[in-house]
This record gives sequence, structure tokens and C-alpha cells, in this order.
Amino acid sequence: MEKRIIITHQLLQIIIERLCRQIIEKHDSFKHSVILGMQPRGVFLAERIHRKLQELLEKEIPLGYLDTTFYRDDFRRKDIQLRANETRVPFTIEGKNVILVDDVLYTGRTVRAAMDAMIAFGRPERVDLAVLIDRKYSRDLPIQANYVGKGVNCLSSEKVLVELVEQEGIAEDGIWLIKKPN
Amino acid sequence: MSQLSVKHLLGIKDLTKEDIALILATAKNFKEVINRPIKKVPSLRDITIANVFFENSTRTRLSFELAQKRLSADVINFSSSSSSVKKGETLLDTVNNILAMKVDMIVMRHSSVGAPHFLARHIQANIVNAGDGTHEHPTQALLDSFSIQESLGQVEGKKVCIFGDILHSRVALSNIYALKKQNAEVMVCGPNTLLPRYLKDLGVKVELDLRKALQWCDVANVLRIQLERQTIKYFPSLREYSLYYGINKEILDSLNKEILIMHPGPINRGIELTSDVADSSHSVILDQVENGVAVRMAVLYLLAGGVKN
Repeated sequence: MEKRIIITHQLLQIIIERLCRQIIEKHDSFKHSVILGMQPRGVFLAERIHRKLQELLEKEIPLGYLDTTFYRDDFRRKDIQLRANETRVPFTIEGKNVILVDDVLYTGRTVRAAMDAMIAFGRPERVDLAVLIDRKYSRDLPIQANYVGKGVNCLSSEKVLVELVEQEGIAEDGIWLIKKPN
Repeated sequence: MSQLSVKHLLGIKDLTKEDIALILATAKNFKEVINRPIKKVPSLRDITIANVFFENSTRTRLSFELAQKRLSADVINFSSSSSSVKKGETLLDTVNNILAMKVDMIVMRHSSVGAPHFLARHIQANIVNAGDGTHEHPTQALLDSFSIQESLGQVEGKKVCIFGDILHSRVALSNIYALKKQNAEVMVCGPNTLLPRYLKDLGVKVELDLRKALQWCDVANVLRIQLERQTIKYFPSLREYSLYYGINKEILDSLNKEILIMHPGPINRGIELTSDVADSSHSVILDQVENGVAVRMAVLYLLAGGVKN
């Protein structure tokens, strides 16, 4: 299996810092802003961004976890059934500026489901999307990210593999492009 | 594991330990859902479910209906008191007529043991047993396990005693299967006449003394005396039953530990439980009702997304 690195540990630190600065540029004092990490893999990135933002702004920022399993549009249409993860939103979303965080933006279907899931907690004032990897030209829905770590132009036979140390059995951060076995 | 090993939920007997764990884990997700400002998810929006109740029920039918609506399923209700069953239609004909209207799932309660199992052999739709006679009531046992897990952290290794009318209780049998599969210790306690003889084969302890049983257990699951199912007299009087097998605050206070009090409802206050016990902080009876919706959502969701036809 061919495996090519697209973001190293060092580069990841820089990208996260840049994403945070861009988010601050738009969200200013974070008075009504909250961060929502998308389960399962967006939460680690959301935690890192959250930590960095708190460090830069020296204030508490609300962080929640959002699971989209029950809102997916492929339920009963796939052979594999997905297992739900925890949703923890310990604040109201009504009137808030929400920053949705996920690792990879691909077809846009998970983000659509996330927007549905989010609205169960109230009507947000505005929703931004931050992703580490944007797989360009592969969207099924008219969705785009406001903050992008790195845009990747790859084939549908390729897969983006996100490895973060927070995941079990991962020793070093690294984002990889791999060829799917046929 | 993210899929059930069965197509129907006919009884706990057919489930694996992993199935039970999956249902309880999914129910935890749904419990969070039903506590949101908007308590509804769109998962089953393309599914129609028929609640077919050949026997009276309030709690179970409401709980199933609410679970279905929280999952955005379309729901039709059927009760035998207002139906063609009275005109002599067979069970299979009744259900096939409902299915002809493009129904995907059947939730059925029937007074005859094995009725849902019979249906499962003849129809394609998923079937959920909501109680068949004195046999099984699987969703009740699952919600009881969920409630134990929620209060005590886990079911494994816990000592659970079921009190009362074991002979006529489908809740007792489903609970025994569910608890044994999760490696809990199970005891039953009640008058000898209300304890079936095969119990020891299921690996269940039997105790006739209420006080000894309470002293042994971590969880007391107290059942109602089902007078409507009793064709002969099993004990002299309700008053005598409640003197020997009624749980009151005095007895609980005399134990040197705290135990969890559960009851599947409806409670006959003053018979199996006194009001001060039923309403005490040890009692999770109303939590069981809330958990029932979450557990039924999990069952319906997992069956709908499960094994393909």
C-alpha cells in the first residue's frame, strides 16, 4: 500500500496556530462564539484548536462534541451500520457563533448531518466550518469550509489518513495520503 | 460490533451478550437525545411501524409510540378491542393485512406465548415482542439492565433479586435471561406457589424469606401480583401476601446496606411496595420509565438498520 505524508507533526503545529489566528480575526473577542468538534475524529482537532485559542485569548471558550450518526442520510443504505458516539453540548447554541471542526471535508454529507444535529440545540447566529484537510473537487453538496488547513487534490481511489497522538496506538502526528486497495 | 445478530427482537433468549451491550450503549446515546431541547432525530423517517396490541397496555404502548416518534417513524396503532379479530380473523391474516399497507416493522403484544415467534416464521417485516403472555418482555428487561447500569455503573457481578409473582411474569423470565447473560447473580423471592419449578435450571437462586433476600441483593426488582392471570388461588389473601412479601421502609431501614428498588409498573401501592418505599430516593421507578423510551429507540434503530432482507 502506497503511503505518502502530506502534513508532518511540525507542519501541523503551524497549521493549527494559523487556523486559530484566522478564527480570531473573524470572531474577535469570542463573546458569543463556541466550538463544536465533530465525532469521532474531529474532536481531537477541536480540542487542540480550543486549547490554542484559550492560550492566545487567555479566556474560557465553550467546547462541545457533536455526533452526527442519527442524522446521516445513508442510514439503511449502507451495509455497515455506524456506531453512535457521545454528544456533549453543555451550553445552548441559540444565538451563538458556532465553529464546527472536523478533520477531513470530503463529500460534505457529514457536515450537512452536523448542521441538522446542531440545530436540535437551538438556532445559531452563524456557523463556520474549520477543517484540517479539504479534499477539493469531490463535494456531493454545496458546502465549503471557512478555514482550511490544507487543500488536497486527490483521486477517489485515494484516502486521507489522519493520525493524531490522541488516537489509540499512534506515536506521532501525521496526515497521510494512501492508495485504497482494489 | 455495531450490528445486532438478530432480525427480530422476540426475546432476550435469542440475544448474545454483545447484542445486549450494543443496545445499552446505543440507548445511552438516545437518552442524551431525548433530553435535548429538540428531542427528535430523523433516522427512521422512511419507516412505518405498526403497534399491534392484542392485550391491554398503557406504559409499554406509549413508550414504544414515543420512541417511534422521536425517531421520526410513521406510526399506526392497532388494538384488538376495536378490530376484526373480534369478527374471527386469524393473527396471520390481521398482520398480513397491515403489512399490505407497506409497513416495515411490527411491535406486537399478544396474550399467547410464542405469538411473535410464529409471526416471525411467516412474515418479512422486523418484529419486536412487546410481551407474549407469560413468556418474554424483552424491552422491559433491557431497560431494567440499563437502569441498573446507570445507577450502579455495571450489571456484571451485581446481585439482583426479583420479588413476587414469578410464575405469571414475562418480565421475570426476560430479566433472568438478560442478567445471566451479563454475568449478574440472580435470585427470585416469593411464595412457593408463585415460583415455577424450572428456575434452578436457569441458574437462579431461590429464597422464600423476604428479609434474607433483601439482605443478599444489591437490586430489588419488585413485581406486581397479576391477579388477572391467576385462575386459581395461589395464596390465602392479598393482605397475607403483603404481610409476608410487601416491602416497607421499616424492613429496608433494618438492612445494613442500601439497595436499589425497581418496579416495572403498574404498582399496587400497599401490596408489594409501600408508598414511602416507592417514592423514596432508593427507588428508580420513574427513571425506568424514562429509560424505557431510550432503550426502545435503540432497539428500533438497530433493527431498522440491521440485517438486510
